[in-house]
Amino acid sequence: MPKSKNNRAWLMIMPALILILICAAIPLITMVNYSVQDVFAGDQFVWVGTHWFESILASGDFWSSLGRSLLYSAIVLLIEIPLGIYIALKIPRSEFIAGVCILLMAIPLLTPWIVVGFTWKVLVDPQSGLFGVWAASMGFNWDLNHPLIAWLTIIVMDVWHWSSLIALLCYAGLKSIPFEHYQAARIDGASRFGLFRYVELPRLHRVLLVASLLRFMDSFMVYIEPYVVTRGGPGTATTFLSLDLVQTASIQFDLGEAGAMSVIYFLIVLSVCWALYKVMMQADSQHRVSS
Amino acid sequence: MKSGRFSFSLFFYLIFLIIPIYWLINMSFQTTAEIRSSFSLLPLKPTLYNYRIIFSDPTWYMSYVNAVIYVSLNTVIALAVALPAAYAFSRYRFYGDRQMFFWFLASRMIPPAILLVPFVHLFSELELIDTYIAVAIAHCLFNVPIAIWILEGFISAIPRELDETARIDGYSGFRFFTRILLPQLAPGIGVTAFFCFMFSWIELLLSNGLTTIDVKPVGAVMGRAGGLLGGMQIGLLSAASVLTLIPGILLVFFVRRHIARGLSLGQVK
Repeated sequence: MPKSKNNRAWLMIMPALILILICAAIPLITMVNYSVQDVFAGDQFVWVGTHWFESILASGDFWSSLGRSLLYSAIVLLIEIPLGIYIALKIPRSEFIAGVCILLMAIPLLTPWIVVGFTWKVLVDPQSGLFGVWAASMGFNWDLNHPLIAWLTIIVMDVWHWSSLIALLCYAGLKSIPFEHYQAARIDGASRFGLFRYVELPRLHRVLLVASLLRFMDSFMVYIEPYVVTRGGPGTATTFLSLDLVQTASIQFDLGEAGAMSVIYFLIVLSVCWALYKVMMQADSQHRVSS
Repeated sequence: MKSGRFSFSLFFYLIFLIIPIYWLINMSFQTTAEIRSSFSLLPLKPTLYNYRIIFSDPTWYMSYVNAVIYVSLNTVIALAVALPAAYAFSRYRFYGDRQMFFWFLASRMIPPAILLVPFVHLFSELELIDTYIAVAIAHCLFNVPIAIWILEGFISAIPRELDETARIDGYSGFRFFTRILLPQLAPGIGVTAFFCFMFSWIELLLSNGLTTIDVKPVGAVMGRAGGLLGGMQIGLLSAASVLTLIPGILLVFFVRRHIARGLSLGQVK
C-alpha cells in the first residue's frame, strides 16, 4: 500500500519541530551570531565579519586538532565496525545465553562518560591499576605521558565502550533474517564467507547505516572521556576539536572565535554524515530493487 | 548464524568488557590508602566505608535522584513528541518530508560542545538554569531525533491495513493512538526509551553546564569531588561509579527480551 499524501501530517510533526527549534536551531543561530562579532567585557558586541573564520582557518592549532579528531574517528570506526559484526555473528542462538551476552554487552553502553574515563584512568595506573600492573610485569611501562600510549589508551577505552553498540545492532539485524534464507544458501552450497557476503551482509544495511552514523558523530564529538584520562595531553597530543572548542568558549571565553569554530565544526559533521547517509540510502534502494 | 557452538572470541570479548567493571567493584570496597599502598585482585579488608559516605551525604545521594529525574523527564518528553512525528513520517507523504527527516537527524549531529554557551544564555534568559526541565529539554537535542528514527522503523513494520481497519471500526485520532497503536508498539517504545535513557544518562557536558547547585547530576558531583584527575579519592569515586551502573543494568534487565527485535529498528522479514 503506498503512502497517502497528506499535508496535515505537518501538524503531527509540529511538537517535535518546535522542540528541536528550541534546542538546536536557536542555539545554533546564536553561535553563528557570535561568530561574526567580537565581545568586549562580556556584553559589548562589535561586528568583525569573517575575521574569526580567517584567523581560525589560518591557524595551525585548528588544523591539527581537526586532524586528530578525524584520525580518532577513523581508527575507532575501523576497529569497532568489523569487531562488532564479528561478535554479533558469534552470539549463540540459545535464548538464555544470548540474553546474558546482551546484558553484559549493554553495561559499557550505559556507563556515564565520566565513569568510563575514571575507570580507564585508574585501570592503567602503573602502581595500582590492573592493566598498568600487568603491563609493568611484562616490562611495558603504561605511561600516559607518552603520546602513543595516550592514544592507545583512549582508543582501547572507546572500543570497550562502544563496540557493543555495533554488535547489538548487527545481532538484531541478523535475527531478522528468516531461517529459510540460510537453508536455501546451504542447498546452494554457499561457503561461510559466501553466506556472510550474500545473505547476512545485505540484511545489515540499515543497522550498519545507523551504527556508522552514530559512531561517527559521537566519536567526532568525544569530549569527557579523553579529557578525564589525558586532559588533552601530553602536550596537545590528544586535544580533539571538542576539547579545543570548550577551552575557547568556556574557559578563555572567546565567544566569537568559539562561534566560528563551532560553525566550521558543525559543517564538517553535517557534510560527512550527509555523504554517509546518501551512500547508504542509495545502496539501500538498490538492494530493495534487486530483491 | 550457526547454532550453539562455544566461541572463544566471544568469550574473550565478554571478559574484556567485564574486567574494568570488576576492577571498579574491587576498588569500591577498599579505602583509597589501601588501593594506593597495595595491589590485590580482591579487597583484603573489604569495607563499606565508601558507600557509607555516599549514603550519608545528601550532595551525593541526591545527585543520583537528580539524574534519574531529569533522565526520566527527558525520556517522557522525547517519546511524547517523537511518536506523532514518527507516525507521520511512516504513514504519509507530505511537502518536504524527506528533507525534514534528514534535518531532524542533523540536529543529532550537532556536537553538544558547541551549544553549551548558547544553552546557558538561553536558559538563563528563561530563568531555567539549575532546573530539571532545562537539562531534560537540552537532552532532547539528541534524543528526539533518535526516538523519531527508531520509532519510524517500528511503525513502518506495522501493516498499514491495521490503521484502515481501526478507522472503519470507528477509532480515530487520539483513541487510535492509545488503544490500537501503542499496544502494538510496546517493544518499540521500550527500546526507544532504552536509547533515550542511555544517551541522557551518560551525558555530562550539558547536564553539568546547565546546573549549579540544586540539581547537579552524579557525574558532576564526581568531577567536583576533586581529585578525579589527581586520583585523590579513588575508593570513594569507585563506589560512586559502581552505583551509576545500577539503573542502567535494571533497565536492560527489563527490556532484554525486546532488545534484539527493537535494535533491528523494527526491520521485519
